[in-house]
Amino acid sequence: MTDELDKNKTTYQAQSSETMGGSGPVTPDMDYVRPAEIPEQDLYHGHSFITKWIFCQDAKVIGVQYFLTAVFTGIVGLILSWLMRLQLGFPGAAGFMTAEHYYQFVTMHGMIMVVYFLTALFLGGFGNYLIPLMVGARDMVFPYVNMISYWMFFVAVAVLMASFFVPGGPTGAGWTLYPPQTILEGTPGHGMGILLMLISLSLFVIGFTMGGLNYLITVLQARTRGMTLMRMPLTVWGIFTATVLAMLAFPALLVSAIMMTLDKILGTSFFMPTIIQAGEVLDYGGGSPILFQHLFWFFGHPEVYIVALPAFGIVSDLISVHARKNIFGYRMMVWAIVGIGGLSFFVWAHHMYVSGMNPWFGFFFATTTLIIAVPTAMKVYNWILTLWRGNIRINTVMLWCLGFIVTFVNGGITGIFLGNVSVDVPLSDTYFVIAHFHMVMGIAPLMVIMGAVYHWFPLVAGKLLDEGLGKWHFWITFLGAYSIYFPMHYLGFIGVPRRYFEMYDSPYMTSAVGMNEFISIAAFIVGAAQFILIFNIIKTLKTGKKSEQNPWKANSLEWYTSTVPPEHGNFGERLPVVHRWPYDFSVPGAKEDFIPQTTAPSEVVHTKVEKT
Amino acid sequence: MHAGIIFFLVILGSILFHIFTPWYWTDIASNWKGMDDTITLTFWVGGGVFVAVCLFMIYCIFKFSYKEDRKAEYKPEDKKLERILTWATTLGVAALLAPGLIVWNQYVNVPKNAIHIDVMAWQWGWQYRLPGEDGKLGTTQVVNINDNNPFGINLDDPYGKDDVMIQSDAINLKTNRPVKILLRSVDVLHNWYVPQFRAKMDAVPGVVTYYWFEPNKTGEYEVLCAEYCGVGHYAMRGSVLVQNDQDYETWLSEQETFSDLIAKQKILEVGDTKLAKK
Repeated sequence: MTDELDKNKTTYQAQSSETMGGSGPVTPDMDYVRPAEIPEQDLYHGHSFITKWIFCQDAKVIGVQYFLTAVFTGIVGLILSWLMRLQLGFPGAAGFMTAEHYYQFVTMHGMIMVVYFLTALFLGGFGNYLIPLMVGARDMVFPYVNMISYWMFFVAVAVLMASFFVPGGPTGAGWTLYPPQTILEGTPGHGMGILLMLISLSLFVIGFTMGGLNYLITVLQARTRGMTLMRMPLTVWGIFTATVLAMLAFPALLVSAIMMTLDKILGTSFFMPTIIQAGEVLDYGGGSPILFQHLFWFFGHPEVYIVALPAFGIVSDLISVHARKNIFGYRMMVWAIVGIGGLSFFVWAHHMYVSGMNPWFGFFFATTTLIIAVPTAMKVYNWILTLWRGNIRINTVMLWCLGFIVTFVNGGITGIFLGNVSVDVPLSDTYFVIAHFHMVMGIAPLMVIMGAVYHWFPLVAGKLLDEGLGKWHFWITFLGAYSIYFPMHYLGFIGVPRRYFEMYDSPYMTSAVGMNEFISIAAFIVGAAQFILIFNIIKTLKTGKKSEQNPWKANSLEWYTSTVPPEHGNFGERLPVVHRWPYDFSVPGAKEDFIPQTTAPSEVVHTKVEKT
Repeated sequence: MHAGIIFFLVILGSILFHIFTPWYWTDIASNWKGMDDTITLTFWVGGGVFVAVCLFMIYCIFKFSYKEDRKAEYKPEDKKLERILTWATTLGVAALLAPGLIVWNQYVNVPKNAIHIDVMAWQWGWQYRLPGEDGKLGTTQVVNINDNNPFGINLDDPYGKDDVMIQSDAINLKTNRPVKILLRSVDVLHNWYVPQFRAKMDAVPGVVTYYWFEPNKTGEYEVLCAEYCGVGHYAMRGSVLVQNDQDYETWLSEQETFSDLIAKQKILEVGDTKLAKK
């Protein structure tokens, strides 16, 4: 048995190197793909409403569930940001706004957007929907665990939202939850609020581990025949690598959450040194607040890439499809994703240059941080080189991609400021940092999410979203968001510190009043513009025309399902067999400007295919 | 087409904003011009890359917009181009990193003649302690802190007796003499930050952290807490008055030392006991 398989493998490899040469005659075993080694997955098909739509085991439904729940938290986060901007632009305009409220909104906004919105949306939402479809699997490998994963996330969100209604309100410790203040009396929500936050995060990590294992094993074990790792769409590479990071990084968050819970309720001192509060010496001693920061950022920095890598992958695919050109330097793109993922575990303390850790660490972490700029820059070059000599459709999807490139490069460059240790000293804890991370891990990934929504909506719903509304949505969002965050960097130069409820009349800050008002108004408009998308979706679902299958003329497998939207099991009777990478656009000699992944070499012998 | 024009205007607007912005650095009042210079350098290199990438993208929008009868180029890889770009980027990054590390090396190595200042932070305020004639600060412990010993100085430490105590959020510094800021917190994280000095560092309960700078411009500056420390964070301000040598020495001689305080308390205690006896 083993011998036979090995022999098959050899013929297969010889075959693919032959087709590399491009045009040639049809040979008998040209289309040979290794036979399946394991039987197909047996799926549980839901019968009732509950098993079909609520406790559903279909990754696509779970993906939509993740997506909708994440969007709900995102809307909460958006409203919180409006309230914060109201206070910053027009202090005192909202009568109920106390400093306690402000800090609670800041904290919940940050935590929601990073963890419950972006992470859940990219991995839980896009990961669940796209991985099985793109690698040619019928479903995730552990559908039942996948279902539990979503419901753990749901409970985590419910616990988080419940903290708004407990005595003392939600925690106001800042999303970084730095002890000792997090669990001491000077911080709002230091009682029930912080406990619920820590419980919610723990639930999130547990649920997320279930989902994450699913994504990894599905990618590693359930790819269809012919889908080699180097033929996977970059979307899958991005989500896959991000999930590896999540599996390694989230445990650090979990242990720090558990330790802090113990410090809070049992009076242990993992993170608590000797402290005097209101003249009283507290019952703590010997703990290290900096230890928490190391644990938090050991999670927190990979977390940035957990959000960014799926965005990198998705945007690569969108650009390639809509520029009608193969992604430039696919292999470089894959290795850059993997390289960035690996390096992201060696840079965490660049968040801590002025934290009071041994300052000699600065040399090491500045170097590793700036090294990461190299693979990241390569990705940017390859995106714009994909546009070069393409045949670019300037549609809504492409606009979001172009908006991504502008905001990502902008935010990436300011990252070089902050990563370069001595430059970080004057800028850290100022609005420069706020502007930087919102540009690079707020707006840029959001641009990709929006592009992806417009791109894959016809697959999920079978209808094309309205282009006109889409363009309005894009331009208001892009121009608005850019005019929020670009000038905000300059507030940081002045030295305006972050997390200030009120600036008062510091002599050199009064000049910032006008800009703060402007930024707030822009923020209100950008937030409101997001409802254009919701309106667009409702309108399209109600009155939109049915779209053709594969309206964008893409090559990847998700567009070649037996029905649109794909049913449970995805591919009908037979799983697709893959013969090439998903980027064969505009191949010389081909009749159409795209060759689907399922097209066998013998069908396109007259073309000059370079990479299979 | 429209898209290309709008993107172009965004880039042009960004450049104009940078040139004409009224919002920029406060005038520097310390020795850390190296930080400003590194930032200016990063601005040139980084800003150049940003503009170049965006203009290339905009050019592609104009030049390669969709036409039914045109076919895109088919070119999966260009090893040579990718290699050139990798090395060019590596060089650029190294050129930015090197000056950054040189400045950092100065930042972590405190000059020998620096005056040590104990900055003690709590929710929500500051106070300061300067070494007395012996030039050394006495050691401290959080548990020692009480009304009679506001800095928690170890009573058996001989260096502590002559320490100058400034129980106020305002402190004076003298020009052209480095100061080593020794940060202490009795409760949560804080950060003693004066934008004009550029430098900052967190105060962490349980340890003493430090940084240094050399004020070189007389004047009064506002101190801001730059690490979130609870609900009073935004109100945790202080002030620094940078003076010339003469004014500074006059001010210093008027300040109370720890032994002054102890003596005063003894008088009070004696008074108390006398009162109690009566």
